[in-house]
Amino acid sequence: MNFPILSSLILLPTIGALFIFFVRSSNSQYQSSKYVALFITLANFFLSLYLWIVFDKSIVNFQFVEEREWISGFVNYKVGVDGISILFILLTTFIIPICVITVNSTIKNRLKDFLIAILILETFMIGVFCSLDLVVFYLFFEAGLIPMFLIIGIWGGERRVYSAFKFFLYTLLGSVLMLVAIISIYWITGTTDVIKLYDLGIEAKYQNLLWLAFFSSFAVKTPMWPVHTWLPDAHVEAPTAGSVLLAAILLKMAGYGFIRFSLGLFPDASLYFVPLVYTLSLIAIIYTSLVALMQEDMKKLIAYSSVAHMGFVTLGIFTMTQQGIEGSIFQMISHGLVSAALFLCVGVVYDRLHTRLINRYGGLVSIMPKYAIVFMVFTLGALGLPGTSGFIGEFLVLMGAFKKNILVATIASLGVILGAAYMLWLYKRIIFGKLINEDVKKMVDLKRFEIVTLWLLVLPIIFFGFYPEPLINSIEVSVANMIDINDLDKINKLALGE
Amino acid sequence: MENLQLIIPELFISIMIMFLLIFGVFKKNSSQLVYNLTTVSLVAALALIINLDTQIQSSLFNNSYNIDSLAKFMKILLILSGIFVMLSSSKYVQISKINKIEYPILILCSILGMMVMISSNDLIVFYMGLELQSLALYVLASFNRDNLLSTESGLKYFVLSALSSGLLLYGCSLIYGFSETTNFNQIMINTKEIEYGLTFGIVFILVGLAFKISAVPFHMWAPDVYQGSPTSVTVFFALLPKIAALTVFIRFLYIPFYELGDQWQMIIIFLSIASMVFGAVAAIGQKNLKRLIAYSSISHMGYALAGLSTGTTQGVQSSITYITIYLVMNLAFFSCLFMLKRNDEYYENIDDLSGLSKNHPLLSLSLLVVLFSLAGIPPLAGFFAKFYIFVAVINEKMYFLAIVGLLATVIAAFYYLRIIKIIYFDPEKEKFESKHNLGLKFTLVASTFFILAYFIYPSGIVDIISQININ
Repeated sequence: MNFPILSSLILLPTIGALFIFFVRSSNSQYQSSKYVALFITLANFFLSLYLWIVFDKSIVNFQFVEEREWISGFVNYKVGVDGISILFILLTTFIIPICVITVNSTIKNRLKDFLIAILILETFMIGVFCSLDLVVFYLFFEAGLIPMFLIIGIWGGERRVYSAFKFFLYTLLGSVLMLVAIISIYWITGTTDVIKLYDLGIEAKYQNLLWLAFFSSFAVKTPMWPVHTWLPDAHVEAPTAGSVLLAAILLKMAGYGFIRFSLGLFPDASLYFVPLVYTLSLIAIIYTSLVALMQEDMKKLIAYSSVAHMGFVTLGIFTMTQQGIEGSIFQMISHGLVSAALFLCVGVVYDRLHTRLINRYGGLVSIMPKYAIVFMVFTLGALGLPGTSGFIGEFLVLMGAFKKNILVATIASLGVILGAAYMLWLYKRIIFGKLINEDVKKMVDLKRFEIVTLWLLVLPIIFFGFYPEPLINSIEVSVANMIDINDLDKINKLALGE
Repeated sequence: MENLQLIIPELFISIMIMFLLIFGVFKKNSSQLVYNLTTVSLVAALALIINLDTQIQSSLFNNSYNIDSLAKFMKILLILSGIFVMLSSSKYVQISKINKIEYPILILCSILGMMVMISSNDLIVFYMGLELQSLALYVLASFNRDNLLSTESGLKYFVLSALSSGLLLYGCSLIYGFSETTNFNQIMINTKEIEYGLTFGIVFILVGLAFKISAVPFHMWAPDVYQGSPTSVTVFFALLPKIAALTVFIRFLYIPFYELGDQWQMIIIFLSIASMVFGAVAAIGQKNLKRLIAYSSISHMGYALAGLSTGTTQGVQSSITYITIYLVMNLAFFSCLFMLKRNDEYYENIDDLSGLSKNHPLLSLSLLVVLFSLAGIPPLAGFFAKFYIFVAVINEKMYFLAIVGLLATVIAAFYYLRIIKIIYFDPEKEKFESKHNLGLKFTLVASTFFILAYFIYPSGIVDIISQININ
């Protein structure tokens, strides 16, 4: 395969952004720049779909690998995909066009700049998921901060400046230690090439510190309790499309990083720190669920639910079992779809009433029935009802956890109940109840483009809920290989004293 | 007979200084002409330097003047920055009424002094070069003589600089006393054993040099001088003396005292950490852009010193790369500053940038790129500069330095973000003029493009620098 398909995936959005940048701006051309963006992102989606189809799911190795000399004698630009990363690329290219469609209603000023920011962000996000070199990964991982900072800061709500700064500085602080770790790895092993590092392995005596350095970065980005506080702020202030991107894709970078780097490069250290991750994940699941129950602001509630869901993800990853890791990946994809959808739903009512306070709404079912239906699906998806994609992920994670530690699994299961509580209560307060407020009565039901975007998300959530095979199929071999390469099974057994 | 061909660039500049001085005195109203001629002669000098063959290391005047690959590279950097400074500030010089004939001639004198510093391989020659550049800089700092701040900055710089020169000279004499020579190579041979006097000598000289690159705790002059001087002089201050002083740092530490690394390494590490942290913290409260960039450059010098403190060739190369990228970033920043003009008045407060992005999208975009690059966010050039430094530092297992340095970047990111916030998030103010002269536009576009596109081919500069021979 000579055509550099991954590099095209990475570059295409940037080319689109440049194109939009150089088209002269005037109000009449706002629309045309939107179509350009839509066209580019859709092209990217189909390209990645094609990638998924031609991707050979039975092969263990990375595929479509491209390698080019970059910093001479030091770092090579190397990209490639395996069964895990390809799903995240697909998720990214699927969510971005939806964001582009939503800009219609949410972005009132500087539409062109917004589209450029989103397209640039897409480049970086795809780059994160397919880079096979630590330095290249770091580059993309960090670079994403710039467009996101601007998206929150320029198009955000009232406290946008505070939120944008908090987001930027938290994440930057987390990731500088990762840079030290990456450079140290280079000096310890002589390479930053991930595939070579998988083969070489890193001596156990270095692993713990390196693991902590990577952890500091991913924990902030995930976000894990207690460094999650930037997320509710960022979510609340970001425009709808920004929240969607943040929840659906940016958070997944960290989960992906945990699997690819923490588990893949430092298996001994990962095992050593399992109790730490379990504890933080459980606190995240229980505590943030309780916090979510008390929220008055819809976006904040969903933001806290994101933290809880990501708690399941980290829990699953560090069970280090086939089911647990598969479940985490599934949960990330599913959460990507569901949380994106929920933020879009919030965006829909926010556009009409300009408030996110839950108690300002109520009784929407009688005036917005179409909205009530899709919102129902997403609520059920978020609480993990069987038949939605959310269920498969949580179920697999809990299965993996039960295999390892029954206490942990039991506590985590409580989180599922709490999740049902806050989501259903949210649904009840918004959709049911009496229609009291006059301005709520005037709200109109979903417009055409809203129906399109929301149903585009309903379909995969239900489809993968009933038929998870395509996703599981794609990740199965890669996860098994990951466990295999690093002898996670053996390490596990040793630890359990078997 | 010495081979004078090797110092043709220096000779050429000296001749041009004398010629322009006479020309300017005899021809009335020739200040603009002299200014342009100065730029042209800098271009000519650049060509002469590039033409030099430095494959074989050669030295002149009893081995006191070195023409090697390090000197060549640094001189190219020096002259190139000089040309861009001249190009970008020509309009400013006219409008702020400092376009006297002395102005470009003083700049040439200062550049000549720096060239001597860069090539010096002897304490006396080095001191001579240093004084030549400093004397010209004192006058330049107070060039806007009707302005209170400008005269104050000139005087301040003069007093403090004279003090540091005194310390430096005292260090030189101590070293001469203990090694019986002033030649760098000879000092290395004569100082196999550590003596206290020698250590004192090294410390005094390091203090003097730290003053020139404004490393903490010898930075006090920088904010006032940066703010008070005319902006065209500030940009000169921010770029050129740093190149010369850093080269002397490299030569001084890596030729005569390479063996005594454990004597000076701790000092450099301290200077580095103090500068990085102080520069980052102190810049947070600033309201004036020039003052802010003074603190920012203090912090940046800290990173350049971190590379030097490793005591390895790789560390030196990373410092040279750092200073190269630093020059481009600062050039871009000052070009943006030169564009903040309205009715023949230049604006330099951070608040003046408020809402700039609505009226001047391209200018704000360049500022955005420059500021993120200064903050060291990938994929911009500033990130690579820091990356090379930390690669060298971590290779020497100096984890503490690396972690402090990286934490300082997070603090520094805050004040760069604050400017971006004002440009992009705040309500707009009155428009600035949008017509600028070609040289300024070219400088800005070229430097911004360099910063943006650096990641596409990062090997280019590294390859050139890795060929530089230090010992």
